Amino acid sequence: MALRKSFGPFNLETDFTVTGDKIGIFGQSGSGKSTLVGLLAGLTRPEAGEITLDGECLFSSSRGINLPPQRRRVAIVFQQSCLFPHLSVEKNLLYGYRRTAPEYRTVDFGQLVSVLKLDGLLQRGVNNLSGGEKQRVALGRAILANPRLLLMDEPLSALDDSLKYQIIEFLMSASEQFKIPYLFISHSILEIRLMTEQVLAVSGGRIVGQSTPEELARQRMGQSQVGYINLIKADLLRKIGELKVYRWGTAELYISAGSDSPSATFELSSRDIILFKKHPEAISARNLLKCTVLDTFPSGNKVGVELQCGTERLVAEVVVQAADDLAIQAQTEIYAVVKASSFRRLG
Amino acid sequence: MLFLTHADYDAIRLSLKVALAATVLSLPIGFVFAYVMTFFKFRGKVLLEVFINLPLTLPPVVIGYLLLIALGKNGWFAPVLEALNLRLIFTWKAAVLASAVVGFPLLVRSIRIGMEGIDYQLIQASRTLGAGGIDTLFTIILPLSLRGIFAGSSLMLARSLGEFGATIIAAGNIPGVTQTIPLAIYDYASSPSSEAAALSLCLVAVAISVVVLLFHELLSSKLARRD
Repeated sequence: MALRKSFGPFNLETDFTVTGDKIGIFGQSGSGKSTLVGLLAGLTRPEAGEITLDGECLFSSSRGINLPPQRRRVAIVFQQSCLFPHLSVEKNLLYGYRRTAPEYRTVDFGQLVSVLKLDGLLQRGVNNLSGGEKQRVALGRAILANPRLLLMDEPLSALDDSLKYQIIEFLMSASEQFKIPYLFISHSILEIRLMTEQVLAVSGGRIVGQSTPEELARQRMGQSQVGYINLIKADLLRKIGELKVYRWGTAELYISAGSDSPSATFELSSRDIILFKKHPEAISARNLLKCTVLDTFPSGNKVGVELQCGTERLVAEVVVQAADDLAIQAQTEIYAVVKASSFRRLG
Repeated sequence: MLFLTHADYDAIRLSLKVALAATVLSLPIGFVFAYVMTFFKFRGKVLLEVFINLPLTLPPVVIGYLLLIALGKNGWFAPVLEALNLRLIFTWKAAVLASAVVGFPLLVRSIRIGMEGIDYQLIQASRTLGAGGIDTLFTIILPLSLRGIFAGSSLMLARSLGEFGATIIAAGNIPGVTQTIPLAIYDYASSPSSEAAALSLCLVAVAISVVVLLFHELLSSKLARRD
C-alpha cells in the first residue's frame, strides 16, 4: 500500500507492505487510522498511489484501476455497529452473504450463529439489542460476507469495559474458527496486544513504526497514563474472606477483584508493582513474589524491568533514580510487591 | 347537512384524481432529485437547488401562466405536444401538471430530510458487504427514507388538493372537466346565493385534509416505532 490522500490541512502518506493474518493499526485519534480503513475498503479514493491485496491490485492511479467497494471483498466492522435498522438480526446477517458469489461462501451460517451465540436473536429487530449483541451481529454480518480481509475499525471503543472483553473473546473465537485475516484498528495498546500479532503505529498520517504488539507496549510504557498492562491468567484456588486466592504459574496471588469463575484474566499495571532489593517485612500488601530480573529497558523517563516470577513473567516500572539506587540489572534477585486490590479483572 | 350537487361531486372526484396523479407522478422524480441533492457533489448544485425551490416562492399564478405559454397551442413545447397528439392546456392533465409543479419542492424537501437523516456509515457498510450503488439505493436508502417519502407525499397531496392559482390559469375552471374543489368554491363564493353550497364544499375539503393528515401521522408514528 503506497498512497497519498489530503483532507484540508491533513495529509496521509503511507508506503508499507505487511503480511500476516492478525495485524494491528495503532494510533491516537486523528492520526489517520480510519482514513486508512476507508482507503483500503474503497470508500475513499486516494489522490495517488497503489493498493494491492493478496496480489490483486485494488487501486492504482498510474494504471487507472479503482475497484469499487463491493468488488474488493473487504468488509468492515465499524465502531458503532451500523446495523441496518429496518432489517431483523437474521436479515442483517445475511445481507452480505446473499451478495457473495457462491464460490466464496465458505462460512456456514449455522456455525457462525452458534459461535457468536446469536441463536435466540435471529428474529429480533436490531434496535432493541444491547451494545454487545449489536457488535456480535455486526461481526457476524461482516464474516458472513466471506471477505478476504476484515477491517475492524475500533470495534470495542463504544462498549464499556466489562463488555469489551466478552466481545474480544468472540472476536478471537470467530477468527480462530473462520480463519479470516483481519486488520484491527485501535488506540488501545491492550486491545492491540490481545487481538494482533504485529502492529503498525500511525501518527500524523504516516506509518511511524512496525513491531510486535509487545514491543509497542514496552516502547510506549513511559508515555502511557497507565504504564504497561500485565495480563495475568490465573485459576481460582480458594476464598479467604473477601479475598480470592489464584494459582498463577507456580505462584499464588491474593486478589480482591476476583469472581467465582474457575479461571480469570486480570490486568496489573507496571506502576502498581513495587520492587524491593531485600525481603520486606510486615507489609500490608498481600502479594510478595520472589523474582529474577530478566532485562531492563528504557521507556521515556522511566525504566522498565522484566521479571521472571516462577514460570511467569511480569513487567514493572521504576524511575531512573530507583533503578540506579537498587542497582537493578539482569539476573539479580528482587522482590515484587503487589496489593490485592491492584488487580483488575478483565470482562 | 351537506348540500352537494352533481357538479360538486365531480369537483371532489377531480380534486382527488388530480392530487393523487400529481403525487404519484412526482414521487419518482422527486426521489431522484432528493437522492442527487443529498448524496452527490457537483458543479451547479446551488442553481439546481434554487430551480427546485422556485415554485415555493413564485406566486402560483405565475407558474400557471408559465405553463400556459410553455404548453399552449403556440407555446414552447407545442411542436412536441402536437407530434405526440397531446393536448394539455385546459384539460385535467394541466391541473395535474400545475399541482405537480407547485408541490414538487415540498416533496423533494421532505424526502431529502429523510435521506439526510440516514447514517452514512450504513451506506458504506452496505457497499463493503457487496452491494453496488443501485442495490444500496433500493435496499438501504429507499426503506430508510420512507418517513420522508410519506411526509413529502402527504404534503404534496394536501398542497395539490388546495391548489388554485396555477390550476385556474393552466387548466381553466370548466365544471366537470377541470373544476376542482377550490375552483368550485371560488365559483360559489362569487355568487351571493350559494353560501350553503360553498360551505358544504369547504367542509368536504376540511374532511379530506384531516383524513390525509391523519393518515400521514399514523404512518409516521408506525415508521418511527420501526426505526
